[in-house]
Amino acid sequence: MIAPKPPVPLTAAPLISNWIRVSPEGEITVLSGRVELGQGNASAICRMAADELGCVPEALAFEAGQTGLTPNEGFTAGSMSVSGGGQAVRWAASAFRNLLLKAASDRLGCETADLCLADGVILRDGEPTDLEFGTLAGDVDLDRPVTEWAAPLAAETAHSADTLRLDLKERLVGSPFVHDMERPGMLHGKPVHPPSMSAELQDLDLEALRARPGVVAVVRDGSFVGIVAETEVDAISAARWARGQARWVDRAQVPNDAIQAIGASREPADIVVQTGTVDEPAGRWFETTVSRPYLHHGSIGPSAAVAQWQEDDLSVWCHSQGVYQLRTALGMVFKIPEEGITVIHRPGSGCYGHNGADDAALDAALMARAVPGRPVKVVWSRRDEFQAAPMGPGMVTRCAATVDDDGKISSMRLEVNSAPHANRPSVNGTPNLRAAAYLERPMPPAPSTDIPIARGGGADRNAVPLYAIPNVEVSKRIVHALPYRSSSLRSLGAYTNVYAIETLMDEIALELGIDPIVFRLAHLHDERAKSVIEAVDDFAGSWRREPRGQGIGWGLGFARYKNTAGYCAVMARVEVDQEIRVTDIFATADIGEVISRDGALNQIEGGIIQSMSWTLKEAARLEGGQAAAENWLDYPILKFSEVPEVAVRLLERPDQPPLGCGEISQGPTAAALGNALRSALGVTVQDLPLTRDRVMQALF
Amino acid sequence: MTDTDVTFRVNGEDRTVRTGADIPLLYALREELGLKGTRFGCGDAACGACTVIVDGAAVTSCDLPVSAVAGKAVETVESLDTDPAHPLIDAAIDHQAAQCGYCLPGILMAAKALLERNSRPERSEIIAALDGNLCRCGTHTRILRAVEQAAAVMAETCE
Repeated sequence: MIAPKPPVPLTAAPLISNWIRVSPEGEITVLSGRVELGQGNASAICRMAADELGCVPEALAFEAGQTGLTPNEGFTAGSMSVSGGGQAVRWAASAFRNLLLKAASDRLGCETADLCLADGVILRDGEPTDLEFGTLAGDVDLDRPVTEWAAPLAAETAHSADTLRLDLKERLVGSPFVHDMERPGMLHGKPVHPPSMSAELQDLDLEALRARPGVVAVVRDGSFVGIVAETEVDAISAARWARGQARWVDRAQVPNDAIQAIGASREPADIVVQTGTVDEPAGRWFETTVSRPYLHHGSIGPSAAVAQWQEDDLSVWCHSQGVYQLRTALGMVFKIPEEGITVIHRPGSGCYGHNGADDAALDAALMARAVPGRPVKVVWSRRDEFQAAPMGPGMVTRCAATVDDDGKISSMRLEVNSAPHANRPSVNGTPNLRAAAYLERPMPPAPSTDIPIARGGGADRNAVPLYAIPNVEVSKRIVHALPYRSSSLRSLGAYTNVYAIETLMDEIALELGIDPIVFRLAHLHDERAKSVIEAVDDFAGSWRREPRGQGIGWGLGFARYKNTAGYCAVMARVEVDQEIRVTDIFATADIGEVISRDGALNQIEGGIIQSMSWTLKEAARLEGGQAAAENWLDYPILKFSEVPEVAVRLLERPDQPPLGCGEISQGPTAAALGNALRSALGVTVQDLPLTRDRVMQALF
Repeated sequence: MTDTDVTFRVNGEDRTVRTGADIPLLYALREELGLKGTRFGCGDAACGACTVIVDGAAVTSCDLPVSAVAGKAVETVESLDTDPAHPLIDAAIDHQAAQCGYCLPGILMAAKALLERNSRPERSEIIAALDGNLCRCGTHTRILRAVEQAAAVMAETCE
């Protein structure tokens, strides 16, 4: 069943021509504002269009993320590519199909009911006619509203959901990445980033830098320094020299312990949800305070971009998640009309949220301005990616609950303290691009307003329990006082908040002597939520008979992402001796209609493994006002030898709208690991990551 | 730094690059020879994205001076793009063993080097061979299954 309401992206891009383009030869191009970040959304969206048009996805061309060409769907974020953008394409393709059939029926003098589309040909009563996409294209006016013509077939056509990734081979053996771009006359740029957002450039011999081998131009604007060179190797070498020479001064006040400072912040807090009153209910009192450190996005390929100025017009190729928003931000920085700026998405390494993609684009544009007419490619160093890209913010979440005499939770209060999420380009009226903050005429970022709970929340994402609890209060406090640059990391606040709620649920259940799964089910009215938890229990049930304690344990974590998207339950089994070893992970998920089964499984598995890495190993190293990691030795992530067996099952609901799956498993995985550790050792570790040291602290 | 000629075999063909002798092999491949399948990841030999095969052994190319491969045989991921494709490519696609795919060329080359010296590796041997390669999307288990499938296909073809 298709959602009866038109998909939201159709509001800003209402015409069929916003989404579908047909060449005179009949080649169909799907236009999307959702860019391919490695999630497989391009293939899934093509599949949704192809099913409507009676063709294979490979028959369609796909363009995404180009200002002036593709619809502006905001950022490719929030696990909404399929549930929002894909649904809009499905509706547009349906409208296009109905217009084609109407045009064919006019030509053939028959009813549209007698016609259908198969592999680009109009069939009449199942027999081919001489009418094809190409012959009919001229008859059809695509500047018509999608909603007047759309009647998606999806519900009627039982498609297989065995959707292949169309772009995979090119990613394995080809050169699709912005890092690989070549353009005539292209030069190579490297920034010399200030070590922190507050560091000012005191001294650097620009003349000596200009004299380094291969250097074509040196750009200095405030504390921004960029080097343009003939070759990549020359640029790297000059940048390394400059970094050794540059002297910076940093007067920022820095707390000794950033997470402690976030937890203790007195900046203003907002109550975002209040149901009943949490002050009245009496009963047994339980509480926990959990934290997570700042985390790096950790893209394997550092951020990159190509920029080129022609007179006052700027073209940028980059892996931004929001080409229109980056265009607006670049317009603010260069004080030129947006019409003169073109931003074109090209694939990057997986970003997992707001990494350095947009900042590298500004770096490239600043450097390219020194060599008018010539394209400049900027590929950040690994050190740049660690030290200059926004981090996922540190967070502290307090969760307290009361339990009545019937063993039911009568109230729950969450207080979320968090450094900023969602500091994306141009969202708060400032560029929010790194270098913009330290140009000669600086444009520092406005304080983050975070994302309202009605749009899924930011810091407070999933802070509202899905459990049926009569009295609930949720407040959030965005902590701006710290000097570190932070923004959205996959799942935003959900990761920490689900960890808080789900570890407290286990604490309460175990204290009351109730099985944690039974306890959760007793607090759920949502049948789909119950089904997902019951299914993971069936799936992984054998562990439940295994003796626990003595270093072996299992744990459950559950959430419905944003309380509106996909449901996911994760069970983890750990063995603890000198180290924490995760031996198995099982997960079940309900993401509504499944467009690409293996793609969805891949996203959920990947979310689990990435969350395991965050949860067991990761914490950004902060020194003074800077993110100090220089390389992977300073910031280890999960390795092949640390990855357990991961099994995921989907509870498919073809009659329900697709819900998105890219961020459903991170919070539940963290909670499953925390609860498994508690089951093995008898203590809950509240401060992430769950390293051996943290476990020892909790034990003794 | 004066430029010199360095000659080595790349994917079966003799190639000469005229460049600084100490530039990393990675940039000789990408910038001089246009073989962009080999990826820059860290420059510290710590992530494996730039892994290529030199005389049968998997090595990181970001910290290896091009002069060190003079006269040697270098294989890059482009060598797997044959018709029909190398079993590792088919297996990676069958198992959808990638999301963004940025780390995969290095992983595929590390796996190819393994399969050439050990045609039927145990799971633990595959893990050991790939442990220096980082993947951030979390497709590890798919990659392991893909390497096992490729090994099985290659063993069948040999028999």
